[in-house]
Amino acid sequence: MKTVTMRVNGKLVSAPTEGRTLLVEYLREGLRLTGTHVGCDTSQCGACVVHVNGLAVKSCTIFAQELEGAEVLTIEGMANSDGSLGVIQQAFQDYHGLQCGFCTPGMVMSAAALLAENPTPSEAEVRQYLEGNLCRCTGYHNIVKAILAASGQAVAAE
Amino acid sequence: MYDFELQKPTSVAEAVAALADGSAQALAGGQTLIPTMKQRLADPGTLVSLMAIPALQGVAMTSSGLSIGATTTHAVVALSALAHYPALAALAGQIGDPAVRNRGTIGGSIANNDPSACYPAAILASNAVIVTNAREIAADDYFQGMFATALEEGEIVTAVRFPIPLQAAYVKFPQPASRFALVGAFVARFEDGVRVAVTGASNNGAFRWNAAETALSADFIVQALAGLVLPADDMIADLHGSAEYRAHLCAVMLKRAVLAA
Repeated sequence: MKTVTMRVNGKLVSAPTEGRTLLVEYLREGLRLTGTHVGCDTSQCGACVVHVNGLAVKSCTIFAQELEGAEVLTIEGMANSDGSLGVIQQAFQDYHGLQCGFCTPGMVMSAAALLAENPTPSEAEVRQYLEGNLCRCTGYHNIVKAILAASGQAVAAE
Repeated sequence: MYDFELQKPTSVAEAVAALADGSAQALAGGQTLIPTMKQRLADPGTLVSLMAIPALQGVAMTSSGLSIGATTTHAVVALSALAHYPALAALAGQIGDPAVRNRGTIGGSIANNDPSACYPAAILASNAVIVTNAREIAADDYFQGMFATALEEGEIVTAVRFPIPLQAAYVKFPQPASRFALVGAFVARFEDGVRVAVTGASNNGAFRWNAAETALSADFIVQALAGLVLPADDMIADLHGSAEYRAHLCAVMLKRAVLAA
């Protein structure tokens, strides 16, 4: 076992790893940060998306030992410092962008990566960017609305 | 997944030395290898990650073309190649999804040579050169069938060098679940002729479509392709599409590519 140290949500953390330990296992089992979900485990569904050094990646398809010293942001780091929901999270609540909630951590992290890259995306750009995030409840419409709202753009009322 | 030892060399020489052990395998972005290992279809004793080698990263314009380091991610190619080779940048920007593009690499893609991967089409149509730690390999010699390449045991792709065509475009029909190409066609017009490569269609991996090249070299307009049909004999047939359907899509994708070039 090798100890791997990273900065996760601003905090310096360490946990033991094997060569095969995936980042999502390091987060969920090593650090007990269980907000990041494992859906398919085959890098199709996007429930495990986190940011590594500012870039969205699938944490089920990257080894923890490759990330010594990396800067990682997970869903647990998305709330405001007073514990209230961050802008994207609040928009998901306001626009009913989740039902069962399983895909939500990945959706929020992908949305955050999109808005960092493109602060006012069109609806088509939001849909395109989410092609690696699967949701089996919502039909995506309210997720797209939530992300458009989080970007400060007007969203058509129901 | 079976356990293994992960090594992280910081130079090509160290990586080559680490790969000399027969049970060691090179790891780039891992977007194919890691799922393969989860299914226990690969069981390396040692994985040699190439991602910490600075010499393998980045995009640079040289006198002999656009050189892309082997572990440059698709996302970086989509941005950095845009000014030099827009059709290649567009191809990179359509691989997988954003999170996959932030990790997957050009070297990993062509070392694996998935018959539905996008990059082999660009490399064949551009007449690119594959640079390894030991030699340079012409595109036409490199791809040797489904998941087969000219790479020797332990040989590492270090860069791919693309000549810049006068006109080019890539159009793919994505398989919606995997986002691989059900069929993708890359057309590139150079001063001395046109090259056409197709991915996703053939049981032998990406291939050049010689009859289409001849027709388009004579006249680079979509009408030059009228009546051109690929035989369906060697085409992939699976639940996503029959061999005949794929053969048909080859012509459709190529026509769209010519119109877009």
